[in-house]
Amino acid sequence: MKKEVIDYKAIPGWGMDADPDNEPTYPIKNYTGDDHNRINYERSPQQPVTVEILQSNERPKPSVVFGTSVPPSGLSGIIRRYAFTHSEDRYRHWLPLILADRINVFEGIIDDVRKGHIPNIFAEKGFKATWKYNRQKIVSQVLVTSVVVLTLFSVLKKKK
Amino acid sequence: MNYRGPYRVRTEQRPMPEILHPEDAIVRVTRTCICGSDLHLYHGMVPDTRVGSTFGHEFTGIVEEIGPMVQNLKVGDHVLVPFNIACGKCNFCKQGLYGNCHESNPMATAVGGIFGYSHTAGGYDGGQAEYVRVPYADVGPTVIPPDMDPDDAVLLTDVVPTGYQAAEMGGIKEGDTVVIFGAGPIGIMAARCAWFFGPSRVIVIDHVDYRLEFAKNYAKCEVYNFKSLEDPVLFLKKTTDWYGADVCIDCVGCEAEGNGLQTFTGRKALLQAGAGTALQWAINSVKKGGIVSIVGVYGPPFNLIPIGNVVNKGITIRANQASVKRLLPKLIDHVQSGRLNPKGLITHRIPLEEISEAYNIFSSKLDNCIKTVLIPSAKA
Ligand SMILES: NC(=O)c1ccc[n+]([C@@H]2O[C@H](COP(=O)([O-])OP(=O)(O)OC[C@H]3O[C@@H](n4cnc5c(N)ncnc54)[C@H](O)[C@@H]3O)[C@@H](O)[C@H]2O)c1
Ligand SMILES: [Zn+2]
Ligand SMILES: [Zn+2]
Repeated sequence: MKKEVIDYKAIPGWGMDADPDNEPTYPIKNYTGDDHNRINYERSPQQPVTVEILQSNERPKPSVVFGTSVPPSGLSGIIRRYAFTHSEDRYRHWLPLILADRINVFEGIIDDVRKGHIPNIFAEKGFKATWKYNRQKIVSQVLVTSVVVLTLFSVLKKKK
Repeated sequence: MNYRGPYRVRTEQRPMPEILHPEDAIVRVTRTCICGSDLHLYHGMVPDTRVGSTFGHEFTGIVEEIGPMVQNLKVGDHVLVPFNIACGKCNFCKQGLYGNCHESNPMATAVGGIFGYSHTAGGYDGGQAEYVRVPYADVGPTVIPPDMDPDDAVLLTDVVPTGYQAAEMGGIKEGDTVVIFGAGPIGIMAARCAWFFGPSRVIVIDHVDYRLEFAKNYAKCEVYNFKSLEDPVLFLKKTTDWYGADVCIDCVGCEAEGNGLQTFTGRKALLQAGAGTALQWAINSVKKGGIVSIVGVYGPPFNLIPIGNVVNKGITIRANQASVKRLLPKLIDHVQSGRLNPKGLITHRIPLEEISEAYNIFSSKLDNCIKTVLIPSAKA
């Protein structure tokens, strides 16, 4: 697709009604027109890419700096790599990422166990705080669960 | 801190962060907060939140090490670090949009880099830790003035600028009626900051009574519990002469309650990027030609909001991530002159080691929690 060159300044009235006060972005944005000089800014040296970075396909190269926390790995990593073949506009970018996040939770547990650490999920959920400040919730949950279990149990027993 | 999955976090020893770019600094954290935004991560609502990452975008700390190109900071400085990572050179930064930097996040173009805020926001480890890597150390970090309480300083990294910008984007005029949805730290700060612009009424809506009570005392505003109003929009119309508020501000974001359909599609089925209830109410209760300001955070794909009414009513919507660096000089002055008291929001001080309990307390709104500060044991 070749871009047609239009001599826009020759269009009758071009720019006549431009009003610099019509600037709804003020004062959040200090409009300087820099956007029209967009690719010419002075860039700092690039951070070396030392880990796998999944890059949005809506940009030509990685940003100058980036985080290096938890590079993609395992099954969730494969899904994340797939997600990044689609733009941020697509559901097929975001949904696979959410799916990968859920799978990643299981990978996390496996990883913990492999390192000889059985995760204490109660502790990780801050159970102690619920016990201290909302014991009622725990008591009612325990009550509801026992009622459900007992009912199921007696129903099953009757059937026999 | 270490994220293990929705509602599961713990502390764990990690390798020391390293200088990875000549403009980096390594900061030893002195204070760090848990933010309403962290709850979106904690609840598993933000795509590409990887197990093993460290959250935390509100922190202060002592500079421990600097990269060879850093000029404005020196080892030993006590700094507050804005939550947005900004280069200071791209066209967006140059125009004051430090929350929209184009050189801090390769993983997405819509959002700039944010400390400890998933890979969608750049994959940085955050400040809920003992040490943290701070890129562009000459741009964001600001030395804490010697007479400033570090508790005030840590709230200047996000809560104060966000609350202030929420009000600022509302374009509030003298005599206006301003309605703020959400009485979390951000909504309360927005209500307090709204007064700087001269309204005659500031109304805060939430459904948690202790938070409304806190907001009323802290921000001297009117408060209403939407659970006790049958129809919050109708109520707001009535109380504004059947006209609508001049300005409505969304300080809730994607985990809103109050509308079954929004809650189901947005928070349970994930058919939209969170529940748009507060935004829907904001649009429908602002006057024609009014302004809706949004700082509540929503997920990336899309939300169900009454956009037709935006057109028919001629509403101006203004929204952004707060540009912390742009606002700091003005806000430091408001704090130093005693007009603003950020640390008054802090209700809980918890050692970093008790991170799991700290998250649970803030997330489940236990013990009348408004704002939690975490203190690493190696504190200054
Ligand atoms: N744009 C930014 O720069 C920026 C910065 C910080 C935080 N945030 C966002 O601001 C929002 C608020 O942050 P916070 O720390 O105060 O969080 P928070 O979770 O403590 O507060 C949210 C409050 O909204 C209330 N709420 C729920 N549904 C509501 C409804 N329909 N109407 C009115 N209130 C309702 C909740 O009860 C809660 O008190 C979050 O979405 C957060 O991510 C944005
Ligand atoms: Zn925050
Ligand atoms: Zn920039």
